[in-house]
Amino acid sequence: MSTTKFGEYGGQYVPEVLMPAIEELTDAYERYVLENEDGFMDEFRERLADFGGRPTPLQRADQLSERYDADVYLKREDLLHGGAHKLNNALGQVLLAKYMGKERIVAETGAGQHGTATAMAAAHLDMPCEIYMGRRDINRQRPNVFRMRLNGAEVVPVTVGRGTLKEAINETMREWATSVEDTHYVIGSIVGPHPFPRMVRDFQAVIGEEAREQIQDKAGRLPDSVVACAGGGSNTMGAFHEFVPDAEDGDTTLFAVEAGGEGLFVDEDEGVAPHSASLSSGDEGVLHGARTKLLQDADGQIVESHSVSSGLDYAGVGPELSYLVDEGHVTPVSVDDDAALEGFHRLSQVEGIIPALESAHAVAFLEQQLGPDGVPAGTAERDLGDVIVLNLSGRGDKDLESAIEETEKRDIDAAPDMGVFHE
Amino acid sequence: MSDIEKAIAGDEPSLVPYVTAGDPEPEATAEYVEALAAGGADVIELGMPFSEPIADGPTIQNAIQRALAAGTTPERFFEIVETLDVDVPLVCMTYYNLLYQYGDRKEGSDYERLRPFVRRAAEAGISGLIIPDLPVDESDPLREACDEFGVDLIFVVAPTTTDERLEAMRERVSGFVYVQARLGTTGAQADVSDATHESLARLAEWSVPKAVGFGVSEREHAEEIVATGADGVVAGSVFVDIVAEGDADEGTVAERLEAKAAELKAGALDGADERSGKVTDGAR
Ligand SMILES: Cc1ncc(COP(=O)(O)O)c(C=O)c1O
Repeated sequence: MSTTKFGEYGGQYVPEVLMPAIEELTDAYERYVLENEDGFMDEFRERLADFGGRPTPLQRADQLSERYDADVYLKREDLLHGGAHKLNNALGQVLLAKYMGKERIVAETGAGQHGTATAMAAAHLDMPCEIYMGRRDINRQRPNVFRMRLNGAEVVPVTVGRGTLKEAINETMREWATSVEDTHYVIGSIVGPHPFPRMVRDFQAVIGEEAREQIQDKAGRLPDSVVACAGGGSNTMGAFHEFVPDAEDGDTTLFAVEAGGEGLFVDEDEGVAPHSASLSSGDEGVLHGARTKLLQDADGQIVESHSVSSGLDYAGVGPELSYLVDEGHVTPVSVDDDAALEGFHRLSQVEGIIPALESAHAVAFLEQQLGPDGVPAGTAERDLGDVIVLNLSGRGDKDLESAIEETEKRDIDAAPDMGVFHE
Repeated sequence: MSDIEKAIAGDEPSLVPYVTAGDPEPEATAEYVEALAAGGADVIELGMPFSEPIADGPTIQNAIQRALAAGTTPERFFEIVETLDVDVPLVCMTYYNLLYQYGDRKEGSDYERLRPFVRRAAEAGISGLIIPDLPVDESDPLREACDEFGVDLIFVVAPTTTDERLEAMRERVSGFVYVQARLGTTGAQADVSDATHESLARLAEWSVPKAVGFGVSEREHAEEIVATGADGVVAGSVFVDIVAEGDADEGTVAERLEAKAAELKAGALDGADERSGKVTDGAR
């Protein structure tokens, strides 16, 4: 049996009623994903190509490269069907559910991006699908809610707590507990009980597999650094997995960029953290079936997180990332809401690519380190270096409504002046 | 035999009610617990509120939110327990992260990190723990700490639990085994499921007593559960609903908690009569 942990992290901390489903899933993961039984992985890769549009390009970003005097390459997961890396995982899991003989899919979603990908994959593979989404996120991500409904999924609003991803996961776990016998829960990141963190990573690892080959073709060598934004951490681990041995050898530095929100502190009285940087500032604990780094108060109550991008707004993070950070193979960094918004505008302006607000955090990290007003935080060995791969996890169309609202609150250099259009 | 085992496996079928400590405020709990005891409770389960109660349904989840909002921290929970004046054993039901974070030490082995919680619980007067998100495979460190302080560790058996896992629980369980009557989370339901029958049959040879819960709200449910062979009945959401309603024309919260407990206890007694009737009929 595959180990359920990464060092001390991971495990299977779930109510007993879910254990059989998790054991069944572990068995299916080992057979179909790890051993390619019945040609599962072949079918998965084929569908990723034909339905998903893989491989995605690794594009040299000429203007950014010039600005930073480095070779900046963008791994264009925004060009994947649905507009984000989430489809890699959703397609893998819905297909696996089919192979397992399940009849129905449930999923949670934060940004709506995972929900959208799951709804698409479920429609593609003809599976009924129900998606739980926090009330607050529904308001922040209306286009994605509409896309899920368009693809035939039911969207169930979750009103408890602050109505974000954490509450949606709780609710989906409850729903799964009543329907485990015929239902598969498509979890949206490398979080949750084993085997989810490993399995989701394996489905996402195609990002780094392609990128590692592509960069050697284009730059003739391995990158000095790989940069990706981390909410739960699926695009991060997807981009990093193939490079972990390079990181161990000291050839490549892996930067996980977290949402610094409005500042890295926890307001214990209010039970909120105005950020989502659990790798940078969380403590070890148990949430949603896994032991990992979490935002919590001194008693162990999980605090509400915050990010301008709903896809990063989560108080936990994948156990594998926690482990790799402790081992020194992944470097956690964070950028705040303002910087992320600026990154959103800058990439749109200089490269003609509107990034997801999540990915804009990774873009902002480059500016912070290498930009004209940048204040590099790295030491020599933690440098971004000359050849940089940035995983652009998704496109920003889903974020336009909140980008308008958030931009109006701020004074952003690169932002377009919309004043002339106001009557 | 532990106090809990004695209380549940006694001559009469037993009632194990649940309320969330600190709901709607810490000051209220003592009165509610005393009312439940007066209504015939044999063991009382007290929920220690955790922000992510994934094994609980909406009723208890809302209770937990009220209790948290009213300032019910783990330490406050223990203070509440210390003020209680009842002679039934108390079980604390909560989630693993609160045990893990209790105390000042933020490193060390799991056993070292769990020990302060279990010690404090035992000192405060808690006789047993139910930790629904701690699977039996990960429970050895807590089992060790519980043994050290004489606290029972109760496991939940679900309708889906495999024989292999059942065996692992049988080796580690003490106090009683909590038989989950149906799939899903806690919450009052309309009827008692067939799964109860089958689960009890699988546990027939176990030496610890068996109490069945999840969805029990009426006298007839308690009757049926005990008639089916359970030693006790666990009921939570039905009591939490009464707390949520507050004082009403039909009586104060405490009065209605007591009456509901008495009703379920009477159902359990009826169930025992039925069962012994069946035994004399040679049905067993
Ligand atoms: C475009 C995009 N990037 C990143 C994330 C964050 O998730 P993860 O860290 O699992 O990649 C999301 C989540 O919805 C997303 O939509």
